Amino acid sequence: MALDKADVLHIARLARIRVAAEDLEGIASDLNHIIDWVEQLGEVETDTTAPMTSVVQMALKTRDDVVGDGGYADKVLANAPETADGFFVVPKVIE
Amino acid sequence: MTGAALIKGHTGDWEVVIGLEVHAHVVSESKLFSAAATTFGAAPNSQVSLVDAAMPGMLPVINMHCVRQAVRTGLGLNAKINLHSVFDRKNYFYPDLPQGYQISQFKQPVVGEGVVVIDMPSGEPREIGIERLHLEQDAGKSLHDQHSTKSYIDLNRAGVALMEIVSKPDMRSADEAAAYLTKMRSILRYLGTCDGNMQEGSMRADVNVSVRRPGTALGTRCEIKNVNSIRFVRQAIEVESWRQVEILEDGGSIDQETRLFDPDKGETRAMRSKEESHDYRYFPDPDLLPLEFDQSFVDDLRAGLPELPDAKKARFVSEYALSEYDAGVLVVERETAAYYEAVVDGEGAGCDPKLAANWVISELFGRLNREGKTIAESPVSATQLSGLIKLVEDDTISGRIAKDVFAQMFETGTDAAAIVAAKGLKQITDSGAIEAAVEKVIQASPEQAVQFREGNQKVAGWFVGQVMKATQGKANPKLVNEILKKKLGG
Repeated sequence: MALDKADVLHIARLARIRVAAEDLEGIASDLNHIIDWVEQLGEVETDTTAPMTSVVQMALKTRDDVVGDGGYADKVLANAPETADGFFVVPKVIE
Repeated sequence: MTGAALIKGHTGDWEVVIGLEVHAHVVSESKLFSAAATTFGAAPNSQVSLVDAAMPGMLPVINMHCVRQAVRTGLGLNAKINLHSVFDRKNYFYPDLPQGYQISQFKQPVVGEGVVVIDMPSGEPREIGIERLHLEQDAGKSLHDQHSTKSYIDLNRAGVALMEIVSKPDMRSADEAAAYLTKMRSILRYLGTCDGNMQEGSMRADVNVSVRRPGTALGTRCEIKNVNSIRFVRQAIEVESWRQVEILEDGGSIDQETRLFDPDKGETRAMRSKEESHDYRYFPDPDLLPLEFDQSFVDDLRAGLPELPDAKKARFVSEYALSEYDAGVLVVERETAAYYEAVVDGEGAGCDPKLAANWVISELFGRLNREGKTIAESPVSATQLSGLIKLVEDDTISGRIAKDVFAQMFETGTDAAAIVAAKGLKQITDSGAIEAAVEKVIQASPEQAVQFREGNQKVAGWFVGQVMKATQGKANPKLVNEILKKKLGG
């Protein structure tokens, strides 16, 4: 697997990271090195091994259906660059 | 295939293929992964925990009630329950999704394949396959009409538990899709796992539509997002299938894309930014371990399920000898079915089941609809309606008078017997009194009497009408007919 500049641009856009055109080449090369390195894992025979979903031997923590949080819109909005009437305010996004 | 309504294009017939993804809000007090409340219509951002707002370091903890609701729904859809399932992150950026990803289930959903039986007007049941049901978080709500250049974001809905229920592409007409949604809504409401309120967005559907020549491979589909009423689903399918047929008949091809239905313009149109919308980069959420439970958890939930619409309908047909159609109408809503049963054999009630079905379906539903009331708001209780029907059954009042009495019951909430007594509406079954009335009418209309004897059917009806008029509608019509025949030798 090898990434080209178009792939890097696409990934950057999905991650909302701005990448200058002159940096694309170098980032593609870096990412390809990382992928090559990770691909070594493919050499291990895993056909009969169940995927590991966690490194800890414990069960999923669960909770009862009880309301016990919320009611602090001011805290939730405290870091927002812009608010109005209890809402977050963002640049217009609409289809 | 049964139920297929083919589209007649100018180059031949086309078959519509439809699959639905239903998003149903789980009925729960708190959210799927946080303890914030789920009530609809609260002040903006007042039901948001720091988990829902995706503050750094906050971790999701699953609400087991939501899991039970999903499993119960799966059982109601006759589906396979997966004892082991996994939560994944579905990654995309939107202002109403503060995490930058939605916690969902991708490869290993909690519920697998099932089946829903839909009721078509033909009476022939159709089975629609369920592909899967999974649990996921809802997003917040964006308001675009508050400001000319800004959007307002309310995260109250962010993190509320949703069930996404995906059907197989088994539907072949807008009617079938509507019947499927109606049935799905009914099952969810019986189970109490979703309130089915499409206006408030508790239930919405993504509609996948493609067309093909009958018997050929599936065509390219378009997905119409977020349709929020059964009527709009029907309309969206109609216009979208025609759009596709017209493109194909003009020699074009269909682009697989996401579209929006605009009910005002009656059209679907492509959504912007479609090229990136499907690159979700799912991966297992490292904040959550797999969801696991044992078979006894499932068995306990199964044992606690209520009687569902299909079973109830079958019982109404066998136990009360109702027609499939009447039984189907009565079981759509659990409350209606309960009301009907209370009329037929509730405490202090009890009457003929078929008569009761007619009264509930034509008179009660008709009036409730006109007044915009639900069955719970009915001014006439089940016991009262039963009382009225009993008066018809034992010939105390005629069916026609009963309708007037019912109208008064509906307005005043008074018992039928009290109205009949107060207004003197008791049917005249005393043949002497009817005979006297008949005699009077005959004497007053000798001309018609002659025509009657000559076998004029219209005049016969006219005579009955005159006698009824003379008795303020209270004469027993059967007796009137008998006595007329006897007197006029007809």
